[in-house]
Amino acid sequence: MQHLLEITALEKHFILHLQESQRIDVFSDFSLTLDEGQSLGLAGPSGKGKSSLLKIIWGSYQPQAGSIRIRHRGEVVDIMRASPREVLDIRRHTIGYVTQFLRVIPRVPAIDVVAEPLLERGVAPEKARQRASELLERLSIPEKLWKLPPLTFSGGEQQRVNIARGFCAPSPVLLLDEPTASLDALNRARVLELVRDALSAGSAVIGIFHDEAERLSVCSRSLIL
Amino acid sequence: MLLEVKGLNKRYEGQVACEDVSFDLWPGEVLAIVGESGSGKTSLLKCISTQLGFDSGTVHYKGADLGAMGEAAKRELMRTQWGFVHQDARDGLRMGVSAGANVGERLMAVGERHYGSIRQTAAEWMARVEIDPARMDESPRQFSGGMRQRLQIARNLVSRPQLIFMDEPTGGLDVSVQARLLDLLRGLVRDMGLAAIVVTHDLAVAKLLSSRIMVMQKGRVVEQGLTDQVLEDPQAAYSQLLVSSVLQV
Repeated sequence: MQHLLEITALEKHFILHLQESQRIDVFSDFSLTLDEGQSLGLAGPSGKGKSSLLKIIWGSYQPQAGSIRIRHRGEVVDIMRASPREVLDIRRHTIGYVTQFLRVIPRVPAIDVVAEPLLERGVAPEKARQRASELLERLSIPEKLWKLPPLTFSGGEQQRVNIARGFCAPSPVLLLDEPTASLDALNRARVLELVRDALSAGSAVIGIFHDEAERLSVCSRSLIL
Repeated sequence: MLLEVKGLNKRYEGQVACEDVSFDLWPGEVLAIVGESGSGKTSLLKCISTQLGFDSGTVHYKGADLGAMGEAAKRELMRTQWGFVHQDARDGLRMGVSAGANVGERLMAVGERHYGSIRQTAAEWMARVEIDPARMDESPRQFSGGMRQRLQIARNLVSRPQLIFMDEPTGGLDVSVQARLLDLLRGLVRDMGLAAIVVTHDLAVAKLLSSRIMVMQKGRVVEQGLTDQVLEDPQAAYSQLLVSSVLQV
């Protein structure tokens, strides 16, 4: 496989067993390829599968057919057919994911939430926290908050902590679910700058950007679902 | 692979407790077994941990067939490599001896003989589970429910087991006490690289602690997969019902 990521003939629907087995179709015969340094911007009305596509690549949504092949540690792995252990390993080393909302864990300080992806790769805690503090600073989270659990932070602060976490460990593939929503102009610009840095370092990005100007400024391709 | 369960069946007086259950567990993995009362999850945990016999199927721990293992070897395994956290801390603690002795005993069981260092390690573990070591000579009867549960965890982890079984570890505790306990468990499991099987009916517990979930209904596994996969995109009708029944705060 030449591509970094190759989605072929994807089929995804939901069957709602509790609602008379109602079927909701999301993707049918959907294909996509992505290479190093490329960025794909997703847009379109809600409910059309933008977030679903990211979750499918992340492995938290299970498609019914097709394949999602990704280059992982020098080998090609199909995420749909990988064991849970393999999917976790892909997440640890190959895919970074900025979710829409931060999953807050009680009592874990912001700086450790951000540093966690590096710690999981076995990076020394000092080094991981150093990288985490650089990102928190770049995303203008005041230093006095770093040692506090983000539970009590404002929505915007939580989102920035989440973004810092997503960018902490350099990942070959980055999934971004509306990373600039509800941020002020300065922080939006900082996030776009992080995306550009990741791209020039060779990462491939799939991101949901509702603002067209923003999307065009960082994405080499757009896909309107 | 640490644990390999294949085609396990267990019946009580004709009633199915577990039917054709198979799964693997690797070092450092945390598996949550979820399902409502009577779904067979506690029976399964007891079968795997050799507390209960089963009718057919096999359980291998590090390649050794538990079904073919003698009683002495099983007891040795439970004492040195496994831990068991019961829902009711009174089932896992010796209520007649001091808190420090509850922790120290496990160390003696794995061959530690020096009184001073046993006491020292017991004190360190009490601090680690957030109990003031100054209270180590008190009886666990004088402890609150949450403290007893933390003491039970210290007693289990002090001997550095590789696999820990937990049956509703936060059941019966106040919500705020639960959160603290879960967070503590999560940190310990991660720092020690422990493998764990957690039986719970509480999906929030499964979400916080586990990387994989197995959903049981009427003794059968109806779905298993990564925790976020099962919680975000449940496939089986019963899993969808469980996930949709969680109260949102």
